[in-house]
Amino acid sequence: MTMRKVDPVPPNARYTLAEMLSCVAARLLDDNRSVFVGTGLPMIASMLAQRTSAPKMLIIFEAGGVGPQVPVLPISVGDSRTFHRAVAASSMHDVMSAAQAGYIDYGFLGAAAMDAYGNINTTVIGDWAKPKVRLPGSGGANDIGSFCWRTMYIMRGQSKRTFMNKLDFVTTPGYLGGPGQREQAGLPAGCGPYRVITQLGVYGFDEVTKRLMLISLHPGVTVDEVQANSEFEILVPADVSATEPPTEDERRILHEIDPTGLVLGK
Amino acid sequence: MTKSMEILREGSGELLGWHDPDENRAWVRDHKPRGLIDKRMSVTQAVTKFVRDGDFIALGGFGHVRVPMSLVYEIIRQGRRDLAIAGKTAVHDIDLLIGAGCVSRVECAYSFGHELRGLSPSGRRAVESGQVKVVAELSNASYQWRFLAGMMGVPFIPVRNLGGTDTFAKSSAKQVRDPWSGKPVTLLPAAYPDVALFHVPRCDKYGNAQIDGILVEDFELARAARRVIITTEQIIDEEQTRHDPRQTAIPFYVVDAVCEVPFGAHPSQMPYLYYFDELHIRGWLEQSTTEAGAKEYFDKYVFGVKDFNEYLGLVGGTKLFERLKQIEQLQSPLMDIDEGKG
Repeated sequence: MTMRKVDPVPPNARYTLAEMLSCVAARLLDDNRSVFVGTGLPMIASMLAQRTSAPKMLIIFEAGGVGPQVPVLPISVGDSRTFHRAVAASSMHDVMSAAQAGYIDYGFLGAAAMDAYGNINTTVIGDWAKPKVRLPGSGGANDIGSFCWRTMYIMRGQSKRTFMNKLDFVTTPGYLGGPGQREQAGLPAGCGPYRVITQLGVYGFDEVTKRLMLISLHPGVTVDEVQANSEFEILVPADVSATEPPTEDERRILHEIDPTGLVLGK
Repeated sequence: MTKSMEILREGSGELLGWHDPDENRAWVRDHKPRGLIDKRMSVTQAVTKFVRDGDFIALGGFGHVRVPMSLVYEIIRQGRRDLAIAGKTAVHDIDLLIGAGCVSRVECAYSFGHELRGLSPSGRRAVESGQVKVVAELSNASYQWRFLAGMMGVPFIPVRNLGGTDTFAKSSAKQVRDPWSGKPVTLLPAAYPDVALFHVPRCDKYGNAQIDGILVEDFELARAARRVIITTEQIIDEEQTRHDPRQTAIPFYVVDAVCEVPFGAHPSQMPYLYYFDELHIRGWLEQSTTEAGAKEYFDKYVFGVKDFNEYLGLVGGTKLFERLKQIEQLQSPLMDIDEGKG
């Protein structure tokens, strides 16, 4: 098969990639559940969910914002918008302890590179001691990926360079090397990565092998294209669903949340 | 017979800021002020007195929120060198300190990036060229728990993150078997920074400091650090402290210096008072793409002004802060990052 750049947004579509990723992500969040939210697309998706299908969802930010009604897209997870009309303006110790103690259903993060077990690298490209590119590091990601019952990731650019056989650095734990390894490494039992949303589709993890498995394809994307944009083999079940594109309502709300196009683009 | 705990695994990261708990207790006994003493001084005096070359430093706030920027500029102005910085989510502060050549080592939970604004040209250049060394990795929760252990006066604190990752392998943490559950558990060493720097909205002359909104990890950090410098938007009367003591986030007995610096967090955000100065932050990110550009920035905003007041005038003065206040209080839309152009 020849490689070509896949455009997941059909040429005549009335939505952008960032809009679609935000909508797909928002629809995965349940009402009356708690979610620990990272910067960027996870933030905008959580805000969309709060304004549509999950109005009573408990949003928590790592710097201490608990249960806010976020008025407009925060620039940072410590921005005062993250505790606007909140139920508590608390501390990192408080919210990280809540996550460690089992209170947080979903973690929701962006990622730069991932392997077949959902391990994440946001620390370094190349050798750690002599890096080619130094990235910011874990931030709260290792904590969120360790503690939340189910962690979800959004990646804008799935390719052979970001879906990798071997990461240069494992910043945040997925299923490490396979079933049972999280527990053996001392992480809380029974949690781990749950969904991965890229520009091509939505993925979950196989119950037995804990490897990445396709769930749904975005409009116009084929299974071959999904596989061609990954170094490792992606499991494909018999039944793969089709992603529903954003509705006009969802798009309108997204642009109310991010009026200056910080995340959605201009 | 004593038998030490079996270590299952250990990280290879450098152990920054750890002291034997008895050694630290003795240091606290001999150096920390228990009396109500007037600790007001200028930023220049505070940095001269309490920040030394080679110190391990941590700054309060988070990223670009409530960061003690007047102290950052003063450290640069006084030419401190060889600092080790707690990258506890240290963003704008560490980027400037690195760009000005003040830093040699970083323990990194989150640094070298400006969240949505992109990676730090200055921080990246320094790490990728070897000028600044990342001596250990960590995560945000782990860093504040190192301060929690320091605050508690215990040598370490058990946690359940980090396991199985390279973040653990490059940290200064160790894993042992939990004697109760039998499961592996990660032990984080206590951290006692030599100096911690904070900016708060209100503080009295003794150092009883109030914080509005989230505390992030300032509660723990202030109590763990050996020296604490507070800059404050406003010095309040002792009576105001005593009127509502629940407001005190940092008590006077951990504080060594109090400096009144209105707008002292610029260009970072001060919750309820002023928003991020996005244009200024973007200016730094653009200028710092080259070393010459970074030098120009410091020549203009640090060495070219005699104090922080003159700096405030240079960045936009009253008019700017009125605008940033309106944005912060949601009376005006977000600053468009293109608005300063053309």
